This record gives sequence, C-alpha cells and structure tokens, in this order.
Amino acid sequence: MRWEFHNESPIYAQVMERVERMIVSGALSPGERLPSVRVFAQEAGVNPNTMQKALTELERGGLIYSQRTSGHFVTEDQAVIIKAREELAKLQTERFLQSMQELGFTAAQAAALLQQRLEQTKEE
Amino acid sequence: MPIFTCENLTKRYGPVLALDHVNLNIEPGRIVGLLGPNGSGKSTMIKLANGLLTPSEGRILIDGKAPGVETKSIVSYLPERTYLADWMSVKQLLKFFQDMYEDFDRDRALAMLNHLNIAETQRIKQMSKGTREKVQLILVMSRRAKLYLLDEPIGGVDPAARDYILNTIIGNYEPNAAVIISTHLIADVEQMLDEVIFINGGHIIRHTPVDEIREQMGMSVDALFREEFKCF
Repeated sequence: MRWEFHNESPIYAQVMERVERMIVSGALSPGERLPSVRVFAQEAGVNPNTMQKALTELERGGLIYSQRTSGHFVTEDQAVIIKAREELAKLQTERFLQSMQELGFTAAQAAALLQQRLEQTKEE
Repeated sequence: MPIFTCENLTKRYGPVLALDHVNLNIEPGRIVGLLGPNGSGKSTMIKLANGLLTPSEGRILIDGKAPGVETKSIVSYLPERTYLADWMSVKQLLKFFQDMYEDFDRDRALAMLNHLNIAETQRIKQMSKGTREKVQLILVMSRRAKLYLLDEPIGGVDPAARDYILNTIIGNYEPNAAVIISTHLIADVEQMLDEVIFINGGHIIRHTPVDEIREQMGMSVDALFREEFKCF
C-alpha cells in the first residue's frame, strides 16, 4: 500500500514524519534495521532519492544511524526517542491550535473545549 | 554530464511546429515527469530521443551522442502503444529481448513474471490489457539502461495495475540512470518524481524540482499543473 501524502509540504518532510511516528509508536523498535532505501521507497511509493533525503535528515537528528555496509538502524538511545515523541506531540498541538484558530477560536477557548471533553470522558 | 540534452531542438510536421527550439538537460539518477496536455510535444520529444523521428533543427544528445545504434543500447523505451507482436509468447519475448539488448537481465524479468503468475507459454494476445502493459513494463525495466523513456506507462490501466507499474519502476531502474516518464496522470506519479517539466505548444514552460514547488508555492504538482494549464 502506497503512503498517502498531502500537498502542503515536500514529500521528504512527510516521509520523515511518518518514519518518526513509526519509531515513536514502537512500530519500529530501537536498534531495528530499516529496509534498504530502495525497498523502503517502494513500500512508500516514493522516489529513492526522496527516501534517502528523509533518512539523511533523520540521521542528522539522531533518530536513526547508518552503518556503511549494512544500512540504517533505529537508535537505541531512549532519550532521543522520548525527545522526538515530545516534538511530535508539540507539532500536533500546534496543528490543533492552528485549525481551531481557523474556526475562529482563541487558544484559551480551545483549551476550555479540550477541558470539557476531558471531563466528559471522566463521566463516561 | 547530463545523460539527456536538447539543444534548440525543433520539430516541424509540415506547417505544424511540434517542438520549438527546446533546450533541456537531465542529469543521471533523476526521475523526471514530462507533463503536458495532449498534443503538447511530449511524444514527439520521446520519439526524437529514440531516433524514430529526426529533428528539423537543433539536436538531441543521449550520453553525448546523437540517437543511433549506440544510444539504442543504453536507452530503454516503453512506447505509448504496444509494439510487441501479439502472436509472441512470453518465452519468445524474453528471447527477443535477450538477443536485442546486451543489458537485458533475463533472471530479473523472469522473477517478476513468476511473481505475477504469468506463464512462459502465454501469448500476448491471450492477455488482458492490464497484463500486457505490465509484461511490457517488466521487459523494459529489466534492462540495465542509462536512460529509461516511458511514454504514458500508466495510461488506460486500472489503479491497482498503476500501483504495480509505478512500484516496478521505482524498484528496478538503475540508480545511475535517468527515468523520463511522460504522462498526464500527474497525481498518480508525482510522489515518485524528482523534477517536473511542463510542456505546452512545443515549449518548455517549466523545469523545476518537485520539492521546490511544494516548499515555495505550497502546492502539489497536480494543483500547479491545473492552474498553469487552466482551460478558459
């Protein structure tokens, strides 16, 4: 199944985020070897150059590392994974606030709605 | 050095100007979309690159050489319409490609055909349109070429066959080769392209990396194409 992409940002950035999510969620475990660039690119339905660029960027951030002959691996450094997880959560929060703003809600109003939702969940 | 170059490339059919002084360079290792409406000059350019047509003016170079016997050995071409004789069996096709092209990797082709459960005894005329397109693409992508010219590789096949074809391209082109894909089905190919060329009325109106379109204009290639080729 090819990955789905939206139009607002470059494909490599979306590939990066997708791989980040796979690592943070544990779909890819610490120390796990990634498929080869070509195979991974095929799986995603993207150009191998795009996959290479995404992996190089992730490597720069420390989330994956490469060994010259045997390919790319997920980091075993939990601190790096936890940090990436927090970054993704921040990004998600930004997106939420952004779309609430587009609907005409201030950050405070959005927070209030979120609070309401949490209390509902508690009651259930 | 670019693998594909056009210098003032011009092609006239009688009074009709199909390509008008086109200048273009394509570097190895890139997958390039040649995108334009019908009659824009896409197929003319690909046919010139194959030596099926000769330029009226200017020149076209593949790895520094004019199209001819030498370039045919490094260019793998998928024509828009099938050129395989329909009485041929898969076995005969494999033999044909092996005799024609030194860079043909028979084992790779066989592995892909087996994967699709296509028997060597099957004849082209017994195949569905989708299967025929897949077989042709498998043969073309099993060559270790320096330039792949794919003219409408996904036209007229269903979405599942489309995915198979695009995957086969990604999985098999030589890393140092360039791939030129001519199509008007932009949304289907855009996530696998490095660069796009917009062509219209025999002119190249844009040659841009895909990332740049998304980063600087915040839109997909498909959306940009629709905007630039809007019909009034």
